[in-house]
Amino acid sequence: MSFYGLVDGSDASLKKYLVSLPGVDQVGAEQRAAMLATRSIKTTSKRWAIDTAISMVDLTTLEGADTPGKVKALCTKAVRPDPTNSDVPSVGAVCVYNDMVGIARKHLDLIGGQHVGVAAVSTAFPSGRASMAVKIQDTQDALNAGASEIDMVIDRGAFLGGRYIDVFNEIVKIRELCGTRAHLKVIFETGELVTYDNVRKVSFLAMAAGADFIKTSTGKIAPAATAPVVLVMLEAVRDFYSMAQVRIGVKPAGGIRNTKDAIKQLVLVNETAGSEWLKPSLFRIGASALLNDLLMQRMKMDDGYYASPQYVTID
Amino acid sequence: MEVPVSFEYAPAPESSAIVSIKPTYGHFIGGKFVAGRKHFPTINPATEEILSRISLAGKADVDAAVKAARKAYVTTWSKMSGRERGKYLFRIARIMQERAREFAVLETLDNGKPIRESRDVDVPLAAAHFFYHAGWADKLEFAGLGTSTKAHGVAGQIIPWNFPLLMLAWKVAPALAAGNTVVLKPAESTSLTALLFAEVCQQAELPAGVVNIVTGDGTTGALIVNHPGIDKIAFTGSTDVGKIIARAVAPTHKSVTLELGGKAANIVFEDAAIDEAVEGIVNGIFFNQGHVCCAGSRLILQESVEDEVLEKLKKRMAQIRLGDPMDKNTDLGAINSKEQLLKIRELSAVGEAEGGQRWSAPCDLPKKGFWFAPTIFTGVTQAHRIAREEIFGPVLSVLTFRTPQEAIDKANNTPFGLSAGIWSEKGSRILWASQQLRAGVIWANTFNKFDPTSPFGGYKESGWGREGGRHGLSAYLKGVGHE
Repeated sequence: MSFYGLVDGSDASLKKYLVSLPGVDQVGAEQRAAMLATRSIKTTSKRWAIDTAISMVDLTTLEGADTPGKVKALCTKAVRPDPTNSDVPSVGAVCVYNDMVGIARKHLDLIGGQHVGVAAVSTAFPSGRASMAVKIQDTQDALNAGASEIDMVIDRGAFLGGRYIDVFNEIVKIRELCGTRAHLKVIFETGELVTYDNVRKVSFLAMAAGADFIKTSTGKIAPAATAPVVLVMLEAVRDFYSMAQVRIGVKPAGGIRNTKDAIKQLVLVNETAGSEWLKPSLFRIGASALLNDLLMQRMKMDDGYYASPQYVTID
Repeated sequence: MEVPVSFEYAPAPESSAIVSIKPTYGHFIGGKFVAGRKHFPTINPATEEILSRISLAGKADVDAAVKAARKAYVTTWSKMSGRERGKYLFRIARIMQERAREFAVLETLDNGKPIRESRDVDVPLAAAHFFYHAGWADKLEFAGLGTSTKAHGVAGQIIPWNFPLLMLAWKVAPALAAGNTVVLKPAESTSLTALLFAEVCQQAELPAGVVNIVTGDGTTGALIVNHPGIDKIAFTGSTDVGKIIARAVAPTHKSVTLELGGKAANIVFEDAAIDEAVEGIVNGIFFNQGHVCCAGSRLILQESVEDEVLEKLKKRMAQIRLGDPMDKNTDLGAINSKEQLLKIRELSAVGEAEGGQRWSAPCDLPKKGFWFAPTIFTGVTQAHRIAREEIFGPVLSVLTFRTPQEAIDKANNTPFGLSAGIWSEKGSRILWASQQLRAGVIWANTFNKFDPTSPFGGYKESGWGREGGRHGLSAYLKGVGHE
């Protein structure tokens, strides 16, 4: 593999590449994110943002209690978020554990949801604590069941221990498995990496290793997709594009629960990576509760008043 | 299938309904609004519409204001305990917070600055100055001048148009806390928030004459500076006027503080956090349209990162949203006056004529009002006028350096010395550079940060004395026995 000519796959070249990255000033990054959160998105732009956000949702259920029934319901909602209004776009994908992938894919196809992807969390999600053999089998199972997107977690212990090459090699391996069958999203769990310097470093590491998307969090750890973390990742994909002429996607996940939060994310994208990233192939939002708030706000814009939550389906 | 999109932000204007602007204003003297004699218009620089007509104070008005201030000082304010004075300051601060939206809207209409800045910076900071100094009023023995201190008496205060309300707060709050009474003159193009502040003084039931506000131009300012009934002059404005004031008060008993111009160096080392440095450069020069005495108007950039930083800076500048200052998404508002716009244009033309490479962010300038696109000049050297003279607009001069010492030498090679910025991820370099720089305020990995607890002021031709913090307070006091 060529790794865009940025590294040669050796530990030394990877370290050199990561050390060459400028640091992130915490205060400055948080200040910039806070300033962008003051943008006031109204009327026609709000309407556009709501529909765009709906089309970017990775509608997620990652519970021990997930059943085929629950997953099928989620798929139905993903295809037609508002059963009373066919103008509402489908979401980007459903995101499930790998044993639910086949059920999700089959049900989506059955109900005319061929355009909705199935993302499988993988590589011993959420902790990433398993042998490589297990991680490979985990991913293989999801691919065999028809996953079109693999959301793998990195080994945070290896990253924090400075064993960057181990993290890199795992991503490379999973990338190979995915081949052309599935898009690869790499989950960092930024709440465990803590510093923005680490977020920048791991972003560049994952992109060089072949990630199609970089993703903040599993949703199991707080804090998750905070605005400054997403800002730093958007700067990374923007700068990676200058270096490698490839646009890598970004997926914030965890903690984005309402329309206001989602619109703030779109503003961050617009004013950091640029409007080229404002499409589901380059920006996704991992969420479960968010979709209903987007639908409520959409109805409010159409009708001029807030409807009772009973007008939005719970799943 | 996916088509390129652009995320246009629909207009999000703040409503101006909250303010009621009178067709004409008089002066605020002895606790009352009194009619003026001559009037001049004040306009909204974003639309050129006349907002109101402001009185031009002559000798009789200034005399009346000084007399009212003296009377209030002798009969009331100097006899009141610090704790009681503090209560008034707290009350003013709270009312300013309660009426924050009104102040922000009025400031934006009169000054042209974006509502985001007047709402998030000017007004909250102005209230913070009153809160901070309210706490000082009964603790003056800790101001550094010994256990027994005295106020000067009547302070004459002349403030500029770039931060009308905030500069008023910088002046009035410490003066009152220290026990002085004041005669304040706002800038001729931005008097409205000072006149609204006069209403706040009434609402707070501040004793009559403690704060007097006379409006007018430079002639009114001269009457205040030369008035024999005034004990202390505080001025913020241009270095040229500061020199005139210094000459005028030199043979008198008056104390004086001057906060004047600047040509701040914003030094970016190669090991800086580049993205945040770019934000700091933008904030340093485009905050408040560059109408900031401490603006980072000279970017001193290490040559090894010149291309990278300039490329990112231009991309970032292209995203600056210039336009209606009342729109909540506007980043760069209107230039405050036609006169200032002509000055910015003139110096920019000089920059081009002297061989600087000019680049302006692509943006549509509104037809009406005074506007200037965010602009940088590269290829600037110490010998260019745009590297030496204060432009006081959204124009950045970019110079480069090779070694840290060269950066310091260039930064200090100016008659000014108000502020400086250092961008580096290396702590030892920041400490070393801050010891070498001859500037009153030095920001490390940030820029244009203000706080009432922090003294602010300049070296060399950037001024005399400090404002804010204990140092600023002590300028309004004298130690007994040192009179």
